[in-house]
Amino acid sequence: MKGLPVLWLLLWLSAVYFVGIYVFVGGFLLVRLEVNRTSTCGDLLEPEGGSADFCRGQPRFKRAIILIIDALKIDFARFDSSKTTPRHYENKLPVLEEVVSSRPSQGRLYPFRADPPTTTMQRIKGFTTGSLPTFVDVGNNFASSAILEDNLIHQLGQTGRHVVFMGDDTWESLFPKKFFRSLPFPSFNVKDLHTVDNGILQHLYTTMVGDDWDVLVAHFLGVDHCGHRFGPDHPSMADKLTQMDGVIRSVIEHLQNDTLLVVMGDHGMTDTGDHGGESLKETDAALFLYSPTPVFAESNSQNEPNVVPQTDLVPTLALLLGIPIPYSSVGQVLLPLFQEKTAGAVAGLSQLEALWINAKQVNRFLETYSSMARDIPPQRLSQLKDEFSRLSSDYLSSLREGQSPPSQLALSLQAYLTSVRDTCRSTWARFNPVKMAAGLAILAFACLMCLVLSELSQVLIKEYSVGLKAPAALALTMGVVVAAAQLLTQGYVEGVWCLAAGAFSSELLFFWRFRRVNSFTVLKNGTKVSKYSRWLTPCRLPVAPLLIPLLRCASLLSDSYVIAEGRVVTFLVFSLVLYIPIQLNWNGLLLPPSPDPLKSAGLLPPSGLSLSTVRKECTTLLGCVGLLISTLYLSLSFHGCREEQGSCQPSSFLYPLSRMQDNQLKNLHYVLSVISLGIYTSLLRHVLCHYGNLNSSGGTVFTARWILPLLSVCLGLHWAVSATSEDSFRNLAQLIRVAQLALPRAAYCLLGLGLSLIWIDPITVFVKTRGAASSRTPAMPTPCYRASTGISPQAELHHLIPQIYQHMRRSLDDSELSGGTEAPNRLTVEAYGLGTVYSAPLLLFCGLLGMGLLLLHPEGMAASFLLLLLEMAALLHIHASSTTLCGLHGTYSGGFNVPWTPVVLWSLAATQFFHATGHLPTFPSIQWGAAFVGFPDGHTSTLLPASLVTLNTFASHILFAVGCPLLLFWPLVCEVRGISRARTCGVEGGDAVMEMRLRENPLQFSSSLLQLSARYLFIHGVQVFSSVCAAAILRRHLMVWKVFAPKLMFEVSGFFMSSVFLLFGVMLVLRVDRAVARWFKNLMPDASR
Amino acid sequence: MWDHEIRAMVSTHALIAASMFMATVLPAVFVLSFSVYGTHLLWLYCTSGAVNAVSVVVFWLLGVTPSTKKNTLGYKLSRLFRACLYFFLSCLFFHTVIVLYGAPLIESALETFSLAVLLTSLTTMRCLCVLGPNVQAWIRVFSRHGAMSVWDTCLQITVACTLIGAWVGAFPIPLDWDRPWQVWPVSCSLGATIGYLTGLVAAPTWIHYHRKQLTYKCK
Ligand SMILES: [Zn+2]
Ligand SMILES: [Zn+2]
Repeated sequence: MKGLPVLWLLLWLSAVYFVGIYVFVGGFLLVRLEVNRTSTCGDLLEPEGGSADFCRGQPRFKRAIILIIDALKIDFARFDSSKTTPRHYENKLPVLEEVVSSRPSQGRLYPFRADPPTTTMQRIKGFTTGSLPTFVDVGNNFASSAILEDNLIHQLGQTGRHVVFMGDDTWESLFPKKFFRSLPFPSFNVKDLHTVDNGILQHLYTTMVGDDWDVLVAHFLGVDHCGHRFGPDHPSMADKLTQMDGVIRSVIEHLQNDTLLVVMGDHGMTDTGDHGGESLKETDAALFLYSPTPVFAESNSQNEPNVVPQTDLVPTLALLLGIPIPYSSVGQVLLPLFQEKTAGAVAGLSQLEALWINAKQVNRFLETYSSMARDIPPQRLSQLKDEFSRLSSDYLSSLREGQSPPSQLALSLQAYLTSVRDTCRSTWARFNPVKMAAGLAILAFACLMCLVLSELSQVLIKEYSVGLKAPAALALTMGVVVAAAQLLTQGYVEGVWCLAAGAFSSELLFFWRFRRVNSFTVLKNGTKVSKYSRWLTPCRLPVAPLLIPLLRCASLLSDSYVIAEGRVVTFLVFSLVLYIPIQLNWNGLLLPPSPDPLKSAGLLPPSGLSLSTVRKECTTLLGCVGLLISTLYLSLSFHGCREEQGSCQPSSFLYPLSRMQDNQLKNLHYVLSVISLGIYTSLLRHVLCHYGNLNSSGGTVFTARWILPLLSVCLGLHWAVSATSEDSFRNLAQLIRVAQLALPRAAYCLLGLGLSLIWIDPITVFVKTRGAASSRTPAMPTPCYRASTGISPQAELHHLIPQIYQHMRRSLDDSELSGGTEAPNRLTVEAYGLGTVYSAPLLLFCGLLGMGLLLLHPEGMAASFLLLLLEMAALLHIHASSTTLCGLHGTYSGGFNVPWTPVVLWSLAATQFFHATGHLPTFPSIQWGAAFVGFPDGHTSTLLPASLVTLNTFASHILFAVGCPLLLFWPLVCEVRGISRARTCGVEGGDAVMEMRLRENPLQFSSSLLQLSARYLFIHGVQVFSSVCAAAILRRHLMVWKVFAPKLMFEVSGFFMSSVFLLFGVMLVLRVDRAVARWFKNLMPDASR
Repeated sequence: MWDHEIRAMVSTHALIAASMFMATVLPAVFVLSFSVYGTHLLWLYCTSGAVNAVSVVVFWLLGVTPSTKKNTLGYKLSRLFRACLYFFLSCLFFHTVIVLYGAPLIESALETFSLAVLLTSLTTMRCLCVLGPNVQAWIRVFSRHGAMSVWDTCLQITVACTLIGAWVGAFPIPLDWDRPWQVWPVSCSLGATIGYLTGLVAAPTWIHYHRKQLTYKCK
């Protein structure tokens, strides 16, 4: 068969997909490295001569009250008395205007600009760390949402201040155990406007009166929830804002002289009340600062900023409260708050001092960051460095000489700080719509390409050698051209665009060639017009099996369906499974035509159709449908729960046994798991034995015979050992520890050995020469090979398949002709397991891999993996039976093509078992325990634990992808003797030869393999495409960072694993094919001798 | 002949639809605070009962129901008994399928069973009326060449519409809109009812426009 073209085509397809995903993700998921250093009081940020310990000086303010009103847009805070008919959200906070106009030295109102993503969690991170949080802040805390970066709350705690918090419980998860006291209220229910606010109001004033706090943070959620529910222009928004007005008013009244009041919104909202994106309506919140003692200059100086970026609050608050600026802050102090020393008030820092400290801290951060990550353009970085060293030498020299520093120094320091922030922002905090669009386009074309490939695989393989050189060359040239153009115009190369150009041009070339292929076929042969151009018409594409993936893709666009994804996929699979018998019945294939001539006169079956065969196949089919449905139903009990699903109880199988308290239950679970494992192993062995694959002495057979049972014993022991509680066998503690280490590692070794043995020696055929039989039939002109399956007499009777291979005979004849010597005694060669020579190693490989992946899961998942195996088997048998039924009734389409329905089911089952093995597309649900199986003391590198966790997470994707070629083999494995497809395949003789048909039609074999893989990739690719679309379209949605972005990342990783392991499965098939070819080569001389 | 049968079908369907409408309206007069969402089960049983009663009467009067070969009372009674048994078994079958589709097993078993009753009265009852208690015939009808009369084709269309309607009705359940019709099993039973009504309209229309192509083996 033509193996390499198939492989290259698939490789190219997946590469194009990867490039598309990479380009999109580069524009959507902004990645930033977290610097895990913290500032301390000992940092020498002040110029020499300043106090050695920064924190010991007298701060400008002793205490601060920070009132965060979620989604307090700047429009809500402005007051315009000239408006006669204000909208519902206008002029509802008069207190701010009153203060600003009557006491301008005490209070100011600024627009407060947030950076995208404008979601509450990212914003809280932003105005506590002073950095620009992105969706993925690559740090060491993927598992929890706690902020590990240096931040205001941490610094306050470090200097011994008491921080009291009340309000939105997001803070509690971001700063666990950091508060002196905290009163969190649930923030999840968007429809609840009052719980959080009323909870705060109950405690706010009593706390303020008390003396045990230094910083009080109160986060009100009512305005935001009101926006989400009703939109800003709604009477209840007016009520809510009026309530807030009262709150601010009374807080100002209660304020003491040493206290600073900050009232702010974390982000704005659009006209529909949503936020998350980067439009001005979403980013512009309000910031109101108030102090009972004068703090601002009376007149509006030139330093007055128009807009305050959100990051600026952090250094300002830090310096006003006398704590170090958090390490990774890129903000700039708010100069109006740092006046020249005036009499009376407590002396603060002067503007220049504050700016200097700030600039030094920012420079330090920039140096640290650029040593860790490379995403800031180096040119820009060196410019900034030069600028800072020039400024610092200016400042220090003037300070040393005792002169007052030049007046424009403050301005240059400000300019420096602004340019640092802009640089950081342009690297971290912008969606890149061009990249997103390019990624979407490449992905869409890739999906279309998969579809075309799957429909045209025969033409491509048969009539044209698939030249991939031209697309590759074109892609390479385009990449280089784009790189050169970038180098000329911009001065540096952005790899993403080179890749995008390469992928896109190769896609276009493919479509152009496909058009030519199509028209060429038309020109060459008029009759083929209908055959190859018909695929575009809708009637050719099967509607129902493609409706299900369509619904699945549509479901990815709604957060409710993504949250309920496990059930949704099960529902869809169930629907499609029910569709199979209904459709077969509709075509009249399910019921054996009833003998009553009155009922079905015209339905007489084609000759050769026996009633009992049909009945048997129908029973198999219906039985398998039942099995499949019951596995589907049972698999629902292994699901985990997302936090959004309120009244959901996670499956009890999800927890490792060692955490279970009840001993009886523990034993029950253990026994259940071991039984499942036993059934799993024996089923695999039984299938191999049934088809006669356990008779020879090759590597694969050795694996099936010895390694498989040994591995399951190992697994069972490992579970037993890891489930024993620490104190139950005190005297055996040492032994248990050794066993905990040794057993999983032994399992890893066995697994590696088994998998490599299968790879090295995949042939499972046992050859038995029958000399006696040959001597009795000397007149027989050709040697006879029997593709027998079992070695037991019944099995032999049942499955003994004598078959004369046409091409072998031909080549044998040739050799005889050339040799010129008639062989005197011919041998009958009986080959056991020849009929399943392809599927047996693949099946074993799959099963073994499944066991290895089970090792990485909690013990209870053994039952789920058994269900997975059963579902696979049921699917394969349903596919085989329906193919056979179609064949029996003569409606078989020819070739080995796998129709859409089983492929769709197969790929949806991968997603279904992703959920049924306890996984969810959220980061907190990742099973980190997998990294410590066999490595209880942790790791030194990150590669190994990362790959273990990945293998655990995408176990079902891996298994279904590797096993995908089984769909091609199974109808042949289950072939019914006597009614073979010999007619359609053009092979004479009515005997079933199972998978040997594939060798007889190498072209069809490779084209079907290509088609199957392309279809599988298509279904997965379309899912990726739609989740990419969801992320792109809904990037302003409330749930984007909670639901859609994690879903996108899981879908993308799942696709990556699927395509890699699909290629792996195809490679295994090709490997087997080569081994079989060699085997025949070795056999022939023996036989002809 | 065609026009006659289509006309009979249209009037039958009009009767059934009217009975369903009455089943929705009449209880509102007698029962206080009756509403389709609020007292959903009551509405559901009213509709099922109405459809069952009207179907049986109309199809019997029309003579579509296959006549019995033997005319003895015992045989008739056994047929009646079989029909009742099939009705009940069909309820159980639908209940199982709905549970397998993901409905809660224990919590709202009554609601699930009520939906099963509705589906049975919309689909199985018609099969019973048109084909009699003969499962083989039911399965045979749902194949491409299985229909042997206009009524069989009509049966195919209405049953398919009902089931698809119920299936589509399950879609809005996971959405977080908190509407009264998202409560189990309201959306599914509404979907089934709407599907059935669509089927009642679609079947005669389709048959009318395809009457040239329709050929039946024997009538
Ligand atoms: Zn917010
Ligand atoms: Zn919000």
